Amino acid sequence: MNEELRRIWQQFYDWVVGNGPRPENEVVPEEPPPDLPFAQKPKDKYSRFHEATLKERYNQWLEIHGLHLFSVLYSGLSVLTCLVIVSLLLATVAELPPFGDERNPAHNEVIRRYVEHGGHETGAQNIVAGLILDYRAFDTFGESAVLFTAAVSVLMLLGASRRNSLKDDPSPHSDGEGWDFLNRGPPALRHHVFRQDDAILRGVATLSIPVIIMMGCVVVINGHLSPGGGFSGGAILSTALILAANAYGFERVHSFFNERTFIVSSSTALMIYALSKGYSFFTGANHIHSIIPKGTVGDILSGGLILPLNICVGLIVAGTLYGFYALFSEGDM
Amino acid sequence: MTDMLAYNIPFISIFVMMISAIITPLIPNKNRLPEKLSCIAIGFVGILSAYLLYSLTSGGQSLSFNFPMGHFPAPWGNELRAGPLEAVLSLVFSVAMLLSLTGNFSSTAEDIAPRRRNIFCVLVNLLTASLLALTYTNDLFTAYVFIEINTIAACAIVAVKEGPETARAALRYLVMSLVGSGLVMIAICLLYDLTGHLLMQNMHGAIQVLVATKSYMMPLTVSLALITAGLAIKSALYPFASWLPDAHGSSTNASSAILSGLVLKGHIFTIIKIFYRVFGLDVIHLLRMDTAIFILGLAAMIMGSVHALRQNNVKRMIAWSSVAQVGYIFLGVGLNTTAGIAAACLHIIVHACVKPMLFTAAGGLSNAAGHRKGLHALMGTFYVNVWAGLGLIAGACSMMGIPGFAGFASKLSLTLASFDNSAVVWALSALAASSVLNALYYVPAVIVVLTHNKDAHKNFTAHAPTLSYKVSMFVFLALNFYLGLFCVPLLRLITRGVNVL
Amino acid sequence: MLEKLLLNHYEAAAVILSGIGLTNLLLQRNLIKKIIGLNIMDTAVYLFLAAKGYVEGRAAPILIENASGGWVTSSAVYVNPVPAGLVLTGIVVSVSVTAFALALTLKLYESYGTLNIDEALLKMTQEQEEIEARIDEAEEEVLS
Repeated sequence: MNEELRRIWQQFYDWVVGNGPRPENEVVPEEPPPDLPFAQKPKDKYSRFHEATLKERYNQWLEIHGLHLFSVLYSGLSVLTCLVIVSLLLATVAELPPFGDERNPAHNEVIRRYVEHGGHETGAQNIVAGLILDYRAFDTFGESAVLFTAAVSVLMLLGASRRNSLKDDPSPHSDGEGWDFLNRGPPALRHHVFRQDDAILRGVATLSIPVIIMMGCVVVINGHLSPGGGFSGGAILSTALILAANAYGFERVHSFFNERTFIVSSSTALMIYALSKGYSFFTGANHIHSIIPKGTVGDILSGGLILPLNICVGLIVAGTLYGFYALFSEGDM
Repeated sequence: MTDMLAYNIPFISIFVMMISAIITPLIPNKNRLPEKLSCIAIGFVGILSAYLLYSLTSGGQSLSFNFPMGHFPAPWGNELRAGPLEAVLSLVFSVAMLLSLTGNFSSTAEDIAPRRRNIFCVLVNLLTASLLALTYTNDLFTAYVFIEINTIAACAIVAVKEGPETARAALRYLVMSLVGSGLVMIAICLLYDLTGHLLMQNMHGAIQVLVATKSYMMPLTVSLALITAGLAIKSALYPFASWLPDAHGSSTNASSAILSGLVLKGHIFTIIKIFYRVFGLDVIHLLRMDTAIFILGLAAMIMGSVHALRQNNVKRMIAWSSVAQVGYIFLGVGLNTTAGIAAACLHIIVHACVKPMLFTAAGGLSNAAGHRKGLHALMGTFYVNVWAGLGLIAGACSMMGIPGFAGFASKLSLTLASFDNSAVVWALSALAASSVLNALYYVPAVIVVLTHNKDAHKNFTAHAPTLSYKVSMFVFLALNFYLGLFCVPLLRLITRGVNVL
Repeated sequence: MLEKLLLNHYEAAAVILSGIGLTNLLLQRNLIKKIIGLNIMDTAVYLFLAAKGYVEGRAAPILIENASGGWVTSSAVYVNPVPAGLVLTGIVVSVSVTAFALALTLKLYESYGTLNIDEALLKMTQEQEEIEARIDEAEEEVLS
């Protein structure tokens, strides 16, 4: 009994000092040599196993065939899972309310108020704009925040570190504090090949960029009157920036739109959104009269906060989408 | 009617965190100003939540209220809802978030490049805002939007520490989370189609009608299963938890503490709200979802601990232990009674306080051992960083359920709650087995840390713990004992909160 | 059942699309293709939502002027505006998430030079073993 206890203690001691588990059949030396504590003895953890045991052979087999076996099993299982999910969902879809029927449960008093009173309650002719920027503005605020989160995360992953990771960086490394946009290192690993003499691209860009910008502005500003709004208009505006970057080179775009302007414009636009909508939420919830006029439905200056919010969202979206493009293709803004 | 300030607190707390997130990129990234700003904002939210809790429970007239976001009443506009449970949770979330930040103040500086630090703060603020929004929201689609903010920010704070390992862990976490969000989105669309509402209470009414008339039962079941599966993936319920140890084990200590202690809890609380507020417990029972959750919870309790036993890296061990703890919470949810859900909420709170403490302690110990995270490397580190050692010991005792520590309270209430269920034998034996398994890996860790190690002692970079570390650890320990010794009033409060959820 | 599926053919198509996306996501070993699978899943949800909002013979939810210069506000004229709002949110979320996932993929590619997730894993385990071996060596030096 005493022996047994001692052996268990020895095993535990070994484990504590980091010698790993001993094989069960090994004879524990009665007295370990005093000059050689356990921590020093095993140079190689496999030295106790001279012959290829069954387990080792199994491991070898697993190393050769394991990945293949696993991938076959995995593919089979995933196809099975997907088939099960799809058939389940198909059965569900068959039971759903019929397509295009006006008696469906979704056509209830909520929709009726949105459509019947949306005009005079929000001041927007476009009911969807009134819905997302007035009735359910908190969701849309969250949505802009999602975009902001992604922009900040991508900037963190691709923007700041890329410069530091360059081996032959001639510029001194930043002191680590504050933004240094002047000491920008050389362009990134996959430098965008820019051809100076692409006359066709430049000509087309010169002609089309003003039109694209105008189109984008129209879509943003008319968001409460016609299809469109901040998100779609912002996307159109960002294509103008991307086209400019391709035709005239990123350096030209950098001169007026760099990382700092991107951060400042996005944050400011989102801040205006948050503060103005915060005011509107606060007054609404506390039944305080809001000073924001609704305007007449159909006018350009109508819809209360919808027009300024659309402009804010447009700025965020345009900056973010161009930012994604610049960071991915150039590794820099 | 509660007073004006308390009435506005849910809205103010979310907006304070949002505005501090938005303003952080604009302030100079010097003298760790962004982090200080975040701490101040989170502390402010914590004080507000405490006041909200006080005013909700002291008045005695109305325990909960709805806060319309805008000029339009509930089914048309967005809405927040606050009761004692929401107030307690937001208080715990903000306190744990603040302590995770302050406790790991110095290790954050070591792990994260200075350029990335203000972005880290933006992400932490957004994460707090999304947790608060998930706690307070009364609208399923708002919940979806904030779940997405939560997902991106959580993956980004894994990747904030540079290195291929974190990038891979974050990518894996992201892909799993996105599958989860996809399922949640499909389920929300189905539910909207069936009920015509996105607001939780109105959905509840419509679902009661559907169940009473036995119409659309199949789509209802599928949507419940999808939304539960989606959120279960995000909250690392066992079979879907394979992403967790990578993500929590490889990131910086502050991120691990926040992810394990808080981010999982936001999703779990959303599940609880969906069960209790959208479907109602009788419908959940009718559709058999409680049994599924119960079984998965049992599996998670055992398998999480079994996986933790096989880890050699201390952070990965603690991360797998989170999987087991999530299993406890789901066990409580799966009991499908008010007492069970109250016990689950108590365990959410306990785990939100204990797990950040464990991660902070593990960070301090591995820092004392020269940034090595293997269990053996930690030998004798107790004597280098006593506060971290105390934290690990208290956390381990709490996880094992030693009386007097926080974990005991929640395990006791889970046990008591499970007596109402027919599967009481299963619940009790799983609780016992899981506690023993917890002891099997936490006790050796404690012994290793306490073992004197004269040889290796000279290698240790004798980092004296900073003042912020000591203070945070002290508060963590105090919270741990408070929860362990005085949990009865808290449990009563939670039960009242669950009743008005 | 098939009849009903044909009636709900847009939703059925959406479900099949999301199945394709999910299979792609699970089966592809190339990260870019995985992300494409995710996008297919998202698109399927938009199709589903757009189909849910549609009502036979109704106009887009933008107020129409009537003959006397006022607005037609009868709810029997317009389709359901809520799914449009939800789709918009879904698109923005999907753009953000895709960008973030691609950025992470790019980081991984810079570290390992591969987009295949298995190869990256293999290289990572090799590297980790090397690091562990180096740490062991260092420890033994210290001890001896």
